[in-house]
Amino acid sequence: MPRLSAKDEHRVTITLNGRPVSGMAEPRMTLSDFLRHRIGATGTHVGCEHGVCGACTVQIDGGLARSCLALAVQTDGCDVRTVEGLSPDGGATLAILQEEFRNHHGLQCGFCTPGFLMTLDALFRDQPDASEEQVREMLSGHLCRCTGYAPIMKAALAAQKRLREAGAAAAPTDMPQEDAHA
Amino acid sequence: MKAAPFDYLRAKDASEALDALHAQGDDARIIAGGQSLVPMLAMRLAQPKLLVDIMHIGEFSRIDDDGKALRIGAGVRQVTLEHHAELARRQPMLARALAWVGHAQTRARGTVCGSVAHADPSAELPLSLVTLGGSVHLRTRRKRRTLPAAEFFTGMMATAKGEDEMIEAVSYPTAKPETGYSFNEVGRRHGDFAIVACAAVVDAEKAVLGVGGVADVPAVRNLPLPGAADFDDALNQYAWDLHARDDLHATARYRRDLVRQLGRKTIEEAMRCRA
Repeated sequence: MPRLSAKDEHRVTITLNGRPVSGMAEPRMTLSDFLRHRIGATGTHVGCEHGVCGACTVQIDGGLARSCLALAVQTDGCDVRTVEGLSPDGGATLAILQEEFRNHHGLQCGFCTPGFLMTLDALFRDQPDASEEQVREMLSGHLCRCTGYAPIMKAALAAQKRLREAGAAAAPTDMPQEDAHA
Repeated sequence: MKAAPFDYLRAKDASEALDALHAQGDDARIIAGGQSLVPMLAMRLAQPKLLVDIMHIGEFSRIDDDGKALRIGAGVRQVTLEHHAELARRQPMLARALAWVGHAQTRARGTVCGSVAHADPSAELPLSLVTLGGSVHLRTRRKRRTLPAAEFFTGMMATAKGEDEMIEAVSYPTAKPETGYSFNEVGRRHGDFAIVACAAVVDAEKAVLGVGGVADVPAVRNLPLPGAADFDDALNQYAWDLHARDDLHATARYRRDLVRQLGRKTIEEAMRCRA
């Protein structure tokens, strides 16, 4: 890849929720802005824009990432999974995780929710038997100003139980593990 | 909250990255995981003209164990080290410290060397590196040099790294026999910056206590073992010598108290861990 000029926009192509998408980005454009403004995938929300709040959390090549702390040009060629990818049928029905957030009032305004969902999606995929303490620890990377977190924990644990029962905890299977080598 | 414009170069090998640093000088910054640098860019505290991405350079993705130290390459993400099967046995302090670094969501992207380069005075990885007596491997396009960690950190977010240099690796000494290690931290919230962080190495003769979050650079001092008549006085003197200041997060007095309490606890834990 040649040096990309600050003054120009450059083509960035990613696989978003299993489908190739492409758009133009200046080098300084974050992945979160690229998803929202160039691709039109507005499910990913942008809160603090400096990596503290967790609202913009997505998965890049299977690993968790604050999309406000990744540059779009850094992710050229990467596999990105966002909240739009959770529904098993492209949006007609909710994923188990989302259903349990609804059942347990795990959201009120919903601004922080996509980030919480993406963290829990990765956690239950990688560690289906994560302890309550581990779930809590993972969620400490997210801020929610509505719920007080208790309903989110309830929703998370209920979803974990259902996912285990459904044997669906291992899905999706097509996500490569980030940096499994060392 | 939008970064000032910069060019971006995804370097294919070390020489391309180092040539770019040489040509651009102070206006270039290395970007690896971006978890410290991108917030600095967003707040425009850093306004480089060029970012050099080193995450696609194979030689930087290695963790090597030569029996004396873990040498961690510039491209190794914190999560990779965290999942290194031998880490807790090879250097228990580092394993403990890593759990305090940011959140799982940032450790998944952030690199070990990036945290060292950022040199935040409250950061866990620089503190562990200094307390263990580790070293920083620097490289320009023409030469390499290795600095003891204690000489690398020169001030708050300031280091001895030259403008055409990059950190190519850091070396964390591995655990020695009959030596105990521990790490503890107090912050407002797990994952926030430490108000005080303590790292301890204890052998038969002495305790080495590293303290982060108080002075401008990670501090380290040899202390007698707890139980010795002069231990309390030595720890208290250390707490005062760090010249704690009042700030938004804590008073100087609270920080001194934390150095005494958390320092003692961490040293005692390390004593119990001596194997």
